[in-house]
Amino acid sequence: MMLRYLLPIAAFAVLIPVFLIGLNRDPSKIPSPYLNKAAPAFELPSLEDPEVTVSSSDYAGEFALVNAWATWCVGCRHEHEVLLTLAERNDVPIYGLNWRDSRADALQWLDQLGNPYVASAYDADGKVGIDWGVYMAPETFLVGPDGTVLHKHLGPLTLEIWERDFVPKINAVRGD
Amino acid sequence: MRTIAFALLVVVAPLAFAIDAGTAFDDPELQARYEEIISEVRCLQCQNESLKDSNAFLATDLRREIRRLLSEGKSNAEIYDFLVQRYGEFALYRPRMSGKTLLLWLAPLLLLGAGAVVVIRVVRDRMAMPLEADGEVETDDERQVRVTDRP
Repeated sequence: MMLRYLLPIAAFAVLIPVFLIGLNRDPSKIPSPYLNKAAPAFELPSLEDPEVTVSSSDYAGEFALVNAWATWCVGCRHEHEVLLTLAERNDVPIYGLNWRDSRADALQWLDQLGNPYVASAYDADGKVGIDWGVYMAPETFLVGPDGTVLHKHLGPLTLEIWERDFVPKINAVRGD
Repeated sequence: MRTIAFALLVVVAPLAFAIDAGTAFDDPELQARYEEIISEVRCLQCQNESLKDSNAFLATDLRREIRRLLSEGKSNAEIYDFLVQRYGEFALYRPRMSGKTLLLWLAPLLLLGAGAVVVIRVVRDRMAMPLEADGEVETDDERQVRVTDRP
């Protein structure tokens, strides 16, 4: 007969953590299906010069950050300072994926705010963005030397997030 | 009356083409499949709209990609695969049955089963109970006396 009282209490005790976790998760943040899988290959004209191509083979065999950004994206402006700091430290080369933007605006942005990218790919029609599953810029992918996506961050990057989420992933691979 | 109807049509007709100008395919079968797919896919930028309803640029881009895949002769399943590979199962309003979504699909059945177990147990317990302690049925008068005489 005790079961009659214990069962609802047990069910309640299980549901509370489930709801707590559910409430604290942001449903607009969708985990990348590429996590721990091969990052999609791409080949695009460079932002600076349409004759030059930027492709995923540029960073083959090394760590790379692939940062999807656009001048219409407010969060991208927020994180720009952080990207510049990371570029200065020279830990991991940052590749820009300029997503659905105008070339002139993007070049002006880099000119005025500084250019943290070793190379910028110009994805005018958003096709490579779709291949990478980009849906809300800024998005930053950490690609390992073997070409797998080690981490993906949605929204503006900060140095705290970098230290917390990216650095351990890099060290884990370097340590092997 | 005719004028009013005509005026209404003029106002309403352009709304039907608000998302894509005109129909995407001349072939009605392809057009039907296109419309079916875009109403089954979530717009990731504005999550409570389907690709069919959304004006977000990502939805426009994804519709373009779906049109391209359809005209390349891809099947519906291949197109859903294309989207799930890039955006995950969440992109589909009706996630497909797989190891990851099995619990999601079975949850209603499991809950129904749990409810049925509870109902069966309650009904069985009730049936096991005697109607009255001494087996005699109380008349209305007797009940009246018992209830009103209660201290």
